[in-house]
Amino acid sequence: MVTVTSEQLHRPNHESEVTPVNQPGTASRPAVSISAANTTDTAGHQPTSTVPVMELDGVSVFYGDYEAVRDTAMPIQEKQITAMIGPSGCGKSTILRALNRMNDLIPGARVAGSVTYHGQDLYAKDVDPIEVRRRIGMVFQKPNPFPKSIYDNVAYGPRVTGMKVDNMDDLVEKALRDAALWDEVKDKLKSSGLSLSGGQQQRLCIARTIAVRPEIILMDEPCSALDPIATAKIEDLMFELASDYTIVIVTHNMQQAARVSHYTAFFTAEVDEKQERHGRLVEFSQTGKLFTNPADKRTEDYITGRFG
Amino acid sequence: MSAPTLTSTRPDPSAPGAALTQRRSRPGDLAFRLAMQACLVVAFGVLTGLLTWVLIKGWNRLDSRLWTEMPTGLTSRLDGAGVQSALVGTLWIISLVAVICLPIGILSAIYLEEYADNTRWYNRLLELNIQNLAGVPSIIFGILGLGIIARALGFGFTITTAAIVLSLLVLPVVIIATREAIRAVPQSIRQASYALGATKWQTVSRQVLPSAVPGIATGSILALSRAIGEAAPLIVLGAVTFITFNPNGLDSAYTALPIQIFTFITRPQAEFTELAAGAIVLLLAIVLAMNSIAIFVRNRFEKRW
Amino acid sequence: MTTSIHGAGSAAGNSLRQGRRRPVESIVKALLVAAAFVSIITTVGIVIALAEPTIGFFRQVSIVEFVTGTSWTPTFAQKAYGVLPLVSATLVVTVIALLIAVPIGLGSAIYLSEYARPGVRKLLKPIVELLAGVPTVVYGFVALFALNPLLQKWWPADDGPAFQNLLIAGIAMGIMIVPTIASISEDSMAAVPRSLREGAYALASTKMQVSTRVVVPAAISGIVAAIVLGISRAVGETMIVTIAGGLTSDRVVINPLDGAATMTAFIANISSGDIPIGSLDYDSVFAVGALLFLITFALNAVSIRMVRRFREVYE
Repeated sequence: MVTVTSEQLHRPNHESEVTPVNQPGTASRPAVSISAANTTDTAGHQPTSTVPVMELDGVSVFYGDYEAVRDTAMPIQEKQITAMIGPSGCGKSTILRALNRMNDLIPGARVAGSVTYHGQDLYAKDVDPIEVRRRIGMVFQKPNPFPKSIYDNVAYGPRVTGMKVDNMDDLVEKALRDAALWDEVKDKLKSSGLSLSGGQQQRLCIARTIAVRPEIILMDEPCSALDPIATAKIEDLMFELASDYTIVIVTHNMQQAARVSHYTAFFTAEVDEKQERHGRLVEFSQTGKLFTNPADKRTEDYITGRFG
Repeated sequence: MSAPTLTSTRPDPSAPGAALTQRRSRPGDLAFRLAMQACLVVAFGVLTGLLTWVLIKGWNRLDSRLWTEMPTGLTSRLDGAGVQSALVGTLWIISLVAVICLPIGILSAIYLEEYADNTRWYNRLLELNIQNLAGVPSIIFGILGLGIIARALGFGFTITTAAIVLSLLVLPVVIIATREAIRAVPQSIRQASYALGATKWQTVSRQVLPSAVPGIATGSILALSRAIGEAAPLIVLGAVTFITFNPNGLDSAYTALPIQIFTFITRPQAEFTELAAGAIVLLLAIVLAMNSIAIFVRNRFEKRW
Repeated sequence: MTTSIHGAGSAAGNSLRQGRRRPVESIVKALLVAAAFVSIITTVGIVIALAEPTIGFFRQVSIVEFVTGTSWTPTFAQKAYGVLPLVSATLVVTVIALLIAVPIGLGSAIYLSEYARPGVRKLLKPIVELLAGVPTVVYGFVALFALNPLLQKWWPADDGPAFQNLLIAGIAMGIMIVPTIASISEDSMAAVPRSLREGAYALASTKMQVSTRVVVPAAISGIVAAIVLGISRAVGETMIVTIAGGLTSDRVVINPLDGAATMTAFIANISSGDIPIGSLDYDSVFAVGALLFLITFALNAVSIRMVRRFREVYE
């Protein structure tokens, strides 16, 4: 595995391979390209890995009889940042929640198709959703620290998952450092997590997530409730974390996707013959390519502002 | 920026390859779930079991004698005894409570929600006072009735005294429920009304109150049903005798269902126990029917804004 | 004829100063204030009703005897006015009631809020609320005639339960309080934001961990308020203890298998007989009433505080 520093991550890599790999697919299938395309634009980061840690194939999510997202296929590459963008109601958050079985908590929700993680079907009968979530963590749209102390918020995950921890203080410190929050809170670890500012609360939630040492971190519009300065801090943090973690981020902010991600999936909402709206994946490719040379007309319309 | 010696928050190296099924069985979790379920089953089982027992116990007395015949203290006359005077007394009391308590309660709630400036100390005190009154034991209201209403104010041991005491007892229930119903009406409705030039009372009476009717109705019915079941204050007010006539006016002597039941219970003979059970079924039928209506009204007509 | 929807032309230039008096508004407000005042008068009335005879009582009985005496025999020839027997009986019944009601009520609330499917919850929650409305005289009846015979059958020894005893009164009271504690605790658990549960699940918590480590702690002030309200109801409940709890008050009774009069049972017992106004016996009812009022007042203050703190966190 190539080690990447965050500095390298920030610099677009123009030397990567050029050969496009054509994904098999029908006309209705989205254009999926996981190869690095040659582009001079600086949008996005050149991928440093094309090892998929998760793969979605034919994934549809139902709420009762309603099919919220239809037939999604895309890979999640290891230690890369994958962004999901698209207008509201396009199902991007729904798909994100299918990746660590958070949809299980909604009565009537059902996932069809296959979601694999290191080749294991996440929705196989004998899979324990708790084990899934231990490896695939999640950060939510609105910061949701527990009404406990900062320390207990971070220590919560290791405690409930029964992690063998030699020194909890070290672990808490490390997680808070990695979440770039340590210097701000080191003198008030015993105060309530709710006493922090919104941006700090969100970084606390990230610290809480990485304290259980997941492999993948899902982020559901993590900056939408934050001001621009707090947003910039979280984005910096994502670069840092990408050297160790695979990150999937849902965002309604195209610029954010272009700034932080290696790969981007563009979703949109479609009305079918029965006048029902479904979310669809339109295009998945390397971020640089998607924003400068989109394969699909709808992607182009959206990123150039002719949509919504 | 991070201390290089600590590597503990790097992803767990065992994670990728490890099976996702390893800790599937969690006996602690299952035990906890069963324990919680058992609590619910026990709570429901015991309560329904006891209510069924009362029904069986009183089964022989569940006929028209219950409301056509008067109570008696004599075992020899028990066969032809019922609780008519207590049933009529309860109906009298509850009508009076509705007349006294509901207007006062609803108007108080309107004052607190729509008119009172709750930054003022006296309004906050008023609010605390109501919350506290809601928790004062009912027997204390009996003492209020005995010392002030019956004796100092001279209402005597009449059905009016009983109704006033029970009205004051359930007043906080009406006020608290009405306030919640009024509070649930969104501010935008009021602003729209004011913006059309309505006065405060026009806004309250034509916009706010109509929207709050289901919540007010629910609170009112629950309050009346609680007043029907109360015995303790009436005991202090000396209502423990066998009254063999129906109330005939506001200054009449009276008995009421819960009091009559209590009187039967204190008799050692088994026949009285049976009659008590029959009267309890009648009381429960009234109270539970009222509560069901109240809860139905709330769940059915409650507006979600 | 057409109706004009243009601004009232004639009004142009009208003064914005108050032209009309609005008598209705003033009358309404006066009425509302008067109605709100009733609850103040009620409290003042309670205090006056209790205070005057209580002061009369303490003119003849020393406060020290009242607070420390271990015998309460106002109806005996040999009169004694030590309130401890009444207080200890109240305490025993309350403790037994809570030992039953808190675990069962809380467990039911956790099951309803965290485990039950929405349909089941929607069906059971109203039934729990319905059961909270069963009149207490009914619980007194079942305690004496259904539960106690059962207890005596299981425990047939000579030193077994008396015909009226504190244990059975406490059990019946516990059963009575379960719906109250379950309903209020469930309300406060349901008010815990969904986002907290999701956060916990995303950290690989099991349902039990979410319930016990996140939901219950987050709802704790509501739960404590429910328990305090339960205590307050147990202390102030009259009918169950009057019917099933016993009458003894000449000594402190700790054994729950014996009968003893609680504060409320004493008030109910003595005032259902004939007592001459102004006598010491009559005044003793009010002295015990005053003590009861003070105890429940303190409990209510705690409960009101807890509810307020709970509201502040999430509203």
